[in-house]
Amino acid sequence: MSAPVLKLVAQRVGLGLLLLLAVSVLIFTGTQLLPGDVAQAILGQSATPQALENLRRDLGLNDPAYIRYFRWLGGVLTGDLGVALSNGQDIATQLGKRLGNTLFLASVAAVVSVPLSILLGLLAVRYRNRWPDKLISGTTLISISLPEFFIGYLLIYFVAVRLGWFPSVSTVYDGMSFGQRLAAVALPAATLTLVVLAHMMRMTRAAILNVMQSAYIETAELKGLSQFDIIRKHAFPNAIAPIVNVVMLNLAYLVVGVVVVEVIFVYPGMGQYLVDHVSKRDVPVVQACGLIFAAVYISLNIIADVVAIVANPRLRHPK
Amino acid sequence: MAKTARQAKGDGLLLDIRDLRIEATIFPPGETPRQVTIVDGVSLQLKRGRVLGLIGESGAGKSTIGLASMGYGRGGVRITGGEVIVNGRDILKGGIGGLRKLRGREVCYVAQSAAAAFNPAHQLMDQVVEAAVRHGTLTRAEAAKKAVDLFRKLGLPNPDTIGKRYPHQVSGGQLQRVMTAMALCSDPDLIVFDEPTTALDVTTQIDVLAAIKDAIRDFGVAALYITHDLAVVAQVSDEIMVLRHGKMVEHGVTEQIIHRPSQEYTKALVSVRSIVHEEKKPSPEPLLKVENVTAAYGGAAGVKVLKNVSVELHPGQTLAVVGESGSGKSTLARVITGLLPPIEGSVRFAGRTLSRALAQRTKDDLRELQMIYQMADVAMNPRQTVATIIGRPLEFYFGTRGAERDRRVVELLDEIEMGAKFLDRYPAELSGGQKQRVCIARALAAKPKLIICDEVTSALDPLVADGILKLLLNLQKIENVAYLFITHDLATVKAIADSIAVMYRGEVVRYGAKSTVLAPPFDAYTDLLLSSVPEMEIGWLETAIKGRRMQSAGN
Repeated sequence: MSAPVLKLVAQRVGLGLLLLLAVSVLIFTGTQLLPGDVAQAILGQSATPQALENLRRDLGLNDPAYIRYFRWLGGVLTGDLGVALSNGQDIATQLGKRLGNTLFLASVAAVVSVPLSILLGLLAVRYRNRWPDKLISGTTLISISLPEFFIGYLLIYFVAVRLGWFPSVSTVYDGMSFGQRLAAVALPAATLTLVVLAHMMRMTRAAILNVMQSAYIETAELKGLSQFDIIRKHAFPNAIAPIVNVVMLNLAYLVVGVVVVEVIFVYPGMGQYLVDHVSKRDVPVVQACGLIFAAVYISLNIIADVVAIVANPRLRHPK
Repeated sequence: MAKTARQAKGDGLLLDIRDLRIEATIFPPGETPRQVTIVDGVSLQLKRGRVLGLIGESGAGKSTIGLASMGYGRGGVRITGGEVIVNGRDILKGGIGGLRKLRGREVCYVAQSAAAAFNPAHQLMDQVVEAAVRHGTLTRAEAAKKAVDLFRKLGLPNPDTIGKRYPHQVSGGQLQRVMTAMALCSDPDLIVFDEPTTALDVTTQIDVLAAIKDAIRDFGVAALYITHDLAVVAQVSDEIMVLRHGKMVEHGVTEQIIHRPSQEYTKALVSVRSIVHEEKKPSPEPLLKVENVTAAYGGAAGVKVLKNVSVELHPGQTLAVVGESGSGKSTLARVITGLLPPIEGSVRFAGRTLSRALAQRTKDDLRELQMIYQMADVAMNPRQTVATIIGRPLEFYFGTRGAERDRRVVELLDEIEMGAKFLDRYPAELSGGQKQRVCIARALAAKPKLIICDEVTSALDPLVADGILKLLLNLQKIENVAYLFITHDLATVKAIADSIAVMYRGEVVRYGAKSTVLAPPFDAYTDLLLSSVPEMEIGWLETAIKGRRMQSAGN
């Protein structure tokens, strides 16, 4: 790889780290602005002022905000996310398992939805303004317009209850085989796929149609190539950057936006964990989840940027 | 091998277009869509190995006819009548499958802008061999070997490795030759050349033209050569067909068309650029004095694009700045207008020194120095009417409003020979020449002392460009305005300049009154520039190539 590409990639990664630091500040201040504090949350409404004061001193809550921030940040950097207030357990251990589950669900959904949406996008371009294009656009539009909980319950009703193909509750536990796990997440993954499919497919279609206006597409047509060869060989490589961008946004959504789906299917992932602890006012857990979600978003966007840079022959092969 | 195969097919008729009719549906704003006829009843025949030049202004239907020989309609254009017979069969009856077998195999296409016609995502070699491999004419390895031979034949540098490069790594003139190699690689019977040298610098054009001519001759391939430049087509064609508004005007052998045209329109094309302009003597006090200007992009440490440039321009006169692309012509205009503050040197104008940067200039500085651009259509707000566009400088500089402004706008429209009926038109409703005229009127509205004309006729057809030049000269007499005329076209320079500055790689290599600059002895670059301008004379190309003293920068 050539020097300008490496420089651009290094720049993106550096900026991403800086952004993550800024997000951590934001998360910390955000949680500080909430009414009440951890001591109050632990001891409850009936606590005496003396007890509150003692606990605050023990927890170091009387220190200035910036010291508490750096203490927290230092912990995060060394892998110590603190202790959950509600149950006194180590957050990192608990979160690790949950994050693994969420990533597994997201990957299954991604492995299905990304190739499918790109293929559908290519097909829609190939048969543009004819019935396959309209059918694809129509069905994906319907699936994106329906709220995800509705799709989820539809799938549960038809696929789980009436047909009995997959379980309606996605319980996973240690010692399950890979196949069992796949079966367990089939329905939530299908729901997620239906939700993200339309966006990626329509963007693929639009990006390729945009490229199809170029003079080099005419050159390809005048070489006697078939429509599908033109789209695949000549249009698609030039449409990668916008497609990757929207794919990454949707992958980020698969990790970060799965709260509703996880709750519907009672899937032990990050979303459910976050919702549980928000209702319990468990600030350290909320902070940790927020930070992880931000990291996922930022790193996926960095990947999109890097792919777009590497896909550009002008940057890859300078004059 | 190719030769014998071709001879086996005989020397007969290759392409026979009969009574071709091509239509398109247009969607004018605010009106119902309607049918327009782009090509109307054109017939032509082409024998194997012959070259037919199609010539005419834009909208004459020449590219449309060229593409019709491949059964292709660009942008929703439909072939609605007639027959296109290639190698004895009517290709319009073979369906899309038949056309795909023909395209890239029997008929190949060389586009006007090779830079746009190559896919930026693939190496050149992959694109050059694609058609031959796809049609099963050659295996990938054979095709690659043939391509390298073709690169060598067409005079490309590093023929063995240039195929590994991407389009953006190769210059425009070279890309045009690679595209010709791409067409030849399939060993076709017919190549459609669609303005292959129009987008190139004049010094590069001559090389590409010579390469194309040699290739056509050596491979014995027939060609349709489409261009708006009669002098260019006279160099490569056996016959010429003149087209106008989709109809044939005249058809004959090259020698007859350029020496004894029978139709009025052809005569006008042949005698274009016959403007006679008497050179004016310099006045004692120059209007514009550019002194030792050095300018760079990217700060003082950046790339120097102007090096110690000094020129003068006298009131009511024209200074032509000529050179190929990248020579710094337009940068000089940017320095004079203040868009690019120079690193060193100064610009004196009407007895005062202009501030280096635009922001510090007074309203009068701005008013007295106007610009006209190459692309008239993007230099105007598409949502404003002609009256608003021309009226704006009147309001801005003089505060003229209401009836007084309208009266002045009509006056200006009369000066540019358009008249009051254009007041409520939008730019999209004007032709290319009319758009440029409106831009001229807008510049004149400010009552400037100097107008910078940046390639103002380059995008126009020869006859229209001629009209614009005549108008500019006429206006100069009436308004006593000076022009700084930036162009790469030496014919234009000869037509209108009083003095000339020849630029090469950021430096003025030759400067003075027109009569001295254009008289020998020449420096090497001016000689190259002058000898590269196509002349309407059969055999000019060979003579010019032989007499050259240096290579062009684009080569």
